Amino acid sequence: MPDKTKKTGLIFFPAFDWAISPSHPEREERLLYTQDQVFEEGLLDFPNIVEYKPGIATYADINRCHICVPDAQHLTTSSHLISAGGAITAAQKVLTGEAQNAFALVRPPGHHSMLVAHGARGFCNINIEAVMAEYIRHTFGIRRIAIVDTDCHHGDGTQDIYWNDPDVLCISMHQDGRTLYPGTGYIDDFGGPNALGATINIPLPPRTSDEGFLFALDNVILPILDEFKPEIIINSAGQDNHYSDPITNMNFSAQGYALLNEKLAPDIAVLEGGYSIEKALPYVNVGIILAMAGIDYSHVREPDYDAGRIRQSPDVTRLIEQEVKNLMTLWKKKKNLKKQITGSAAYVRREKNIYYDTDEIVEKQIETVRVCDDCGGLVTIESAADTGKRIFAVILPNGCCPECRKNGEAFFDRVNGSQYHHVYFQDRQKDIFIVK
Amino acid sequence: MILGIDVGGTHTDAVLIDNFQLIKKAKVPTRRDGIVSSLSEASEQLISGTAAGDIQRIVISTTLSTNAIVQNKTDRVAMVLLTGPGLAPGSLGMDKDTYFVQGYVNHRGIPVKNVDEKEIGAVGGEISAKGIRHIGVVGKFSSRNPRQELDAAKILGDPSRHISLGHKLSGQLNFPRRIATTYLNAAIYDIYKDFVEDVRKFAAKIGPEIPVYVLKADGGTILLDQSVDSPVQTIHSGPAAGIMGILATTDMKDDAIALDIGGTTTDISVFADGVPLLEPSGVTINDHKTLIRGLYAKSIGAGGDSVVEVGREGLTVGPRRDGPAAAFNGPVATPTDAMIVLGVAHIGDEQKARSAIEKIAAKLQMSTEDAALAIVEKTASVIADHIRQTIARVNNKPVYTIHELLEGKIVEPKMLYVAGGPAALAPFISKNLGIPHSIPRHFEVSNALGVALARTTAEVTIVADTEKGELVISEEGLIERIPRHFSLADAVEKGRKILTQKAACMGARPEDLAIEVTESQEFNMIRDFCTTGKNIRVKVQIKPGLIAPGAER
Repeated sequence: MPDKTKKTGLIFFPAFDWAISPSHPEREERLLYTQDQVFEEGLLDFPNIVEYKPGIATYADINRCHICVPDAQHLTTSSHLISAGGAITAAQKVLTGEAQNAFALVRPPGHHSMLVAHGARGFCNINIEAVMAEYIRHTFGIRRIAIVDTDCHHGDGTQDIYWNDPDVLCISMHQDGRTLYPGTGYIDDFGGPNALGATINIPLPPRTSDEGFLFALDNVILPILDEFKPEIIINSAGQDNHYSDPITNMNFSAQGYALLNEKLAPDIAVLEGGYSIEKALPYVNVGIILAMAGIDYSHVREPDYDAGRIRQSPDVTRLIEQEVKNLMTLWKKKKNLKKQITGSAAYVRREKNIYYDTDEIVEKQIETVRVCDDCGGLVTIESAADTGKRIFAVILPNGCCPECRKNGEAFFDRVNGSQYHHVYFQDRQKDIFIVK
Repeated sequence: MILGIDVGGTHTDAVLIDNFQLIKKAKVPTRRDGIVSSLSEASEQLISGTAAGDIQRIVISTTLSTNAIVQNKTDRVAMVLLTGPGLAPGSLGMDKDTYFVQGYVNHRGIPVKNVDEKEIGAVGGEISAKGIRHIGVVGKFSSRNPRQELDAAKILGDPSRHISLGHKLSGQLNFPRRIATTYLNAAIYDIYKDFVEDVRKFAAKIGPEIPVYVLKADGGTILLDQSVDSPVQTIHSGPAAGIMGILATTDMKDDAIALDIGGTTTDISVFADGVPLLEPSGVTINDHKTLIRGLYAKSIGAGGDSVVEVGREGLTVGPRRDGPAAAFNGPVATPTDAMIVLGVAHIGDEQKARSAIEKIAAKLQMSTEDAALAIVEKTASVIADHIRQTIARVNNKPVYTIHELLEGKIVEPKMLYVAGGPAALAPFISKNLGIPHSIPRHFEVSNALGVALARTTAEVTIVADTEKGELVISEEGLIERIPRHFSLADAVEKGRKILTQKAACMGARPEDLAIEVTESQEFNMIRDFCTTGKNIRVKVQIKPGLIAPGAER
């Protein structure tokens, strides 16, 4: 039998002394039973599973992908820096070859944090995958990255950060936004004008079980990844699709999660949500770790698992099949969409109202992107929150073309600073971040 | 007075101590015909002229358990495992005498599936038919609820059998390690019991009613009579004696490194604030990873007899050993030969050492003296690099709270102790590391001193779950009802009380109960946005160290 085992790095940081509030789902207890299960199964004694201590992310790491209002320091505590730092450690281990893949089992999560961040939303302050992805690009010179978000909630923050980036493929598979927070992530959210098809959303109906998730994986995610050819695959491994999760309505199982991970074969997995802390997380996490390490996971099973009870209905199956068909039709004609959408416009504008449920903030945002065939396009953002904060940001993309750069620098020079509390300049290509 | 005896692989050392003062010492070759005859021979010289009543205690280290395991002198054991879902049974690497049976408790110790009396009865029948007399019963998460192991043991119980139970041997989580620990305990039970019998007879000859202690892997002592049921905790007794010997022969208070430089290998041990570090999960012996608390020791392939070669990458030292040093008629140049040429060691045949080093010098195109210096420095740098890696590993040990990550203790050795082996190497390693070195006093019998002066150590693990209304102390097989308002402070209090009783039972004197809380965590359990209880985890221990000065030693 060929050796399927892989050297897997595990960054396990349950932050046993941190909570959003004492009874919040994102509390000290969240990974307690996961730790119990991982320890009891003796996973850390496998020679190919190595545990690493997380590093601590710096404010510079955060400023590569976020415009934090007023600044990164005010928006984060040590817990956020360690959580993002854990993701970065995972990337370091994989990209230096110390591990073949890695799993950052860290909290708090990050995938609801958007490019501009006035506070916390969906339990997230900073986007730990994006902080990691920009670290990877900056440190290891990698260009094409895929982020596959398998959390039950739409990965709207990650989508927002990479909306205009043709080199970062963001795929989110989640419970239909009409039935769950944050209420977004439909098929036609397909990316900005210069990055069409680099954002893919697969909304799934409530009560989708293993069968449906794996169908979407096989028929959308894997074929699109094949075509996109990323240099690295990141899995935002939320675990709230589980049938026992208290705040969602899906029917995914530990076996399903393990199989999904095996097929997707991410280079790096990062924990996102998942709040069934006793009935799901211990088993799902053990399943994912074993799958990543190439060890037999066939005996991992929730004590109350009953395949018959969670099987999806024929209606759900039909809905998913139709959705997948529509999505792949859209994907195939993505090249012709740009002209249709932009026409002769030089700039495309998007207005957004963003609600920060965790911090109860309302933000109004106008994002403007330069239509460009040579790069992801210069982006400017005007944002005002009901905290009274009003900001303006100029963002130059990775691989920024000379024309976008010229325009962007001019915007930043000429902007009337007196209208705003802060004006930000984020140059993702040259790794420059200026605030005035 | 205390009689301390360390039975080593080649020598048995004995010391007689009065009030922390070394009164007499003896060193005899370890006899092939048994540990007890070595004990007798070594002690005979010491106690002649001493009134039997003057000896308050006898403390010994033993290689018996380790040797039985390493040399495969173990009994056949049937393992009965209550596995439940999780890791595939194939990954546990078991043999034909392993039985997987029904029964499973979850991470909180809540039964998910009960044991099946009939099934276990049938397994018991098969074990009898095979003529196996030793059984290990281990359940997943049994340290969170020992009941199913106890139930199974009751069904399997038979006066002709001895049954080792997983939960008794450690309160830690780790099912595969619990299996290995329980297996080893059962496999050496008989041979250890005979040993205890022999040691009792030996002690009786010295005097009536002198308590006898044996040194465990964690550098602590236990009354011999109390060790019968868990012989596995006496594995690595020898290496533990070495580390306790450093404590006994220095005045260490700070972070430090100790080396035992042998012919083939060098053992590195680490001290934090003068306390020897423990293995994070447990001792590994002969590829068996166990849950046995043991002192941390890292063995590396570099020693006085390591092979010195000149390869494409220049000078290399170790990890191979091809025989003794050239100065002792060995086949190749070794660090020992280099030290002889440099004039820092005065042993063996200097001419033979010199001609071996000359060959290396020719390849390196340098003078013999320069080559000898290069070899010694290279040896020191190989050892120093391993020390740096060991320290880095200790300091990079994963932690699980923000507090520990940001404020956790960082070990920074202030002193290098070199006990055993070529002391001449010490200054070179010390220079490479940039810290001073010290050669402990009486280092030729330091292991025996460590044995004699080690205190009794113990640990208990308390898990309290107020939603379930239950407290479990696995090692003690204790299951108790607790009220809803049971708190972390109550759990710590309970732990201290039980640990005090346990240590007294193991033979600790009241003045040596240096109790320390090593873990205390309390989690609010929230279900459907309501607090339903508290999950409390506490560990208390008596850490390894020397007995307190004062009174009698």
